Amino acid sequence: MSALLASTRAELLRLRRWPATWVLIGVWFALDLAFVYVFDYIAYRTGEAAGPADQVPRAQLLAGLLPDAVPVAAVQGTPLFGGAILLILGALAAGSGFGWGSWKTVLTQGPGRGTAFGGTLVVLALTVVGLVLATLGLDLAVASVLAAVEDQPATLPSIGALAEGAGAGSLVLGMWCAAGVLIGVLTRSPALAVGLGLVWALVVENLLRGVADLIGGLAVVTDHLPGTAAGSLVGALGGSTGEGTPGVQTILTGGTALGVLLGYLVLFAVGGLVLMRRRDLA
Amino acid sequence: MTDTIVRTDALSKRYGDRLAVDSVSLTVRQGEVYGFLGPNGAGKTTTLRMVLGLVRPTSGRAVVLGGAPGSPPVVGRVGALVEGPGFYPYLSGRDNLRVMARYQQVDDRGVDAVLDRVDLRSRGGDRYSRYSLGMKQRLGVAAALLGDPDLLVLDEPTNGLDPAGMADMRALLVDVAAGGQTVVLSSHLLAEVQEVCDRVGVIAGGRLLAEGTVAELRGATAVLLRARPLDLALAVVMRVSGDDAVEVVHGGAGDALRVHAGPALIPQLTRELVSAGVDVLEVRTVERSLEEVFLAMTGAPMTQPAGGAR
Repeated sequence: MSALLASTRAELLRLRRWPATWVLIGVWFALDLAFVYVFDYIAYRTGEAAGPADQVPRAQLLAGLLPDAVPVAAVQGTPLFGGAILLILGALAAGSGFGWGSWKTVLTQGPGRGTAFGGTLVVLALTVVGLVLATLGLDLAVASVLAAVEDQPATLPSIGALAEGAGAGSLVLGMWCAAGVLIGVLTRSPALAVGLGLVWALVVENLLRGVADLIGGLAVVTDHLPGTAAGSLVGALGGSTGEGTPGVQTILTGGTALGVLLGYLVLFAVGGLVLMRRRDLA
Repeated sequence: MTDTIVRTDALSKRYGDRLAVDSVSLTVRQGEVYGFLGPNGAGKTTTLRMVLGLVRPTSGRAVVLGGAPGSPPVVGRVGALVEGPGFYPYLSGRDNLRVMARYQQVDDRGVDAVLDRVDLRSRGGDRYSRYSLGMKQRLGVAAALLGDPDLLVLDEPTNGLDPAGMADMRALLVDVAAGGQTVVLSSHLLAEVQEVCDRVGVIAGGRLLAEGTVAELRGATAVLLRARPLDLALAVVMRVSGDDAVEVVHGGAGDALRVHAGPALIPQLTRELVSAGVDVLEVRTVERSLEEVFLAMTGAPMTQPAGGAR
């Protein structure tokens, strides 16, 4: 246990000092603010000029911007760009060490392979949870300011709703991050891992869903793919923005999506761990 | 005293069709500097990777510090630099070592101590990616020294260093060995091994060809004799030292006789030769260099390309 703690501290030090980590976290916050608040607020403010042809009613736009909606709003980006960003982080964190030779150095330091790699997994898990909590905090602050500016009641969401949002967001981001780690270990190359991971998450799953419409029986498979499960879990949180957001789905029920996501998370993390323990480091 | 630190037993590694390491059985004893000598591609690095537990052997086994290679209690007592340094390019040299110190659960003070030892303290704050090859190599040695390991495995530590850097590295190795740490040093440079190692294992084509002290491998000294007329000299020498102890060698300065005997024989030999009417031109003792030993063993000269050991 102390060896795992030591590995976690070591990995924390090097990931904290890695510019790539902060670039990815910065991109996430920028996208979150842009897509959840900036664009919707602009649409709301300019809504009168656009007239009744506007697809989303102004009242609904405003509702999505208020503190009450934060638990849903903050995680609506996780199935699509949030997952992609965390997949990149996971792939880089696990895959880069092969090219740099730093895995080779780390694995001759003392902790066993599983422990050393476990340190990486723990730090990534902490990063995911920390990121989701920070996002909820930031979004609550922004939404409160908007509520004040628009003279709306600043009703805070319930603790239960916040916890639900945090849990769903962490699970979705964690699953994609673990997927990135597994591909990083499989390919031993961060570039290949990021490329393949993104092609899968952003393209292949959508294509497969298209094919499933043509071939009967395939839908059972495509309905349970990682992206579909992630979208369904966020979709199950409901809220005003549920349907229209890219990546958010209502294909699986919340409970099923939760189970499938947990399964993928464990599968990816354990898969990476087993590979790391068994393979030659040449 | 002769505690065995590393013992491999018919260690082999196959990559596809190629047998990279073929039944290597070697022994490294406590407190010695063991030279692992062979040309590039001979299987040195693969053997060391198996000793460190980075690579699983196809067959055979290795015992390191009484345990299995790669098991946490063993890895914690071994410091290694294998096939070039591997660090996080965006961190400073010192931060890289601090990361490794955390994995090893040793104090950060140890970091400055090893930086001092490899003469990198003043540049410790610079990013690793801006280091020269020699500095990277030294940082790799520093990481291996971290935590005061019982066994130090250094794979081609002078690779890519300039002559001054090589000299510094050898001085460091001698210093480390004097501290009682056991060192396994692989190299394709004979002079290096000859200079700093107690015992040597010679590997070529994946097979361990010989193992022993440098003196054992070079064999006993011989006496080189140039004299005229040669056939008369040969007859005298055969009478003095025995028929089998002499051979004719062809050198740049004309043919000479090589007598397998120690320097103690020289006075008697010279007297007999002179009294037999032979003109003695030159008598001196010679030692075989490891290079000659290697040549005799493999039938091929050691190639010494500039870099890229594997």
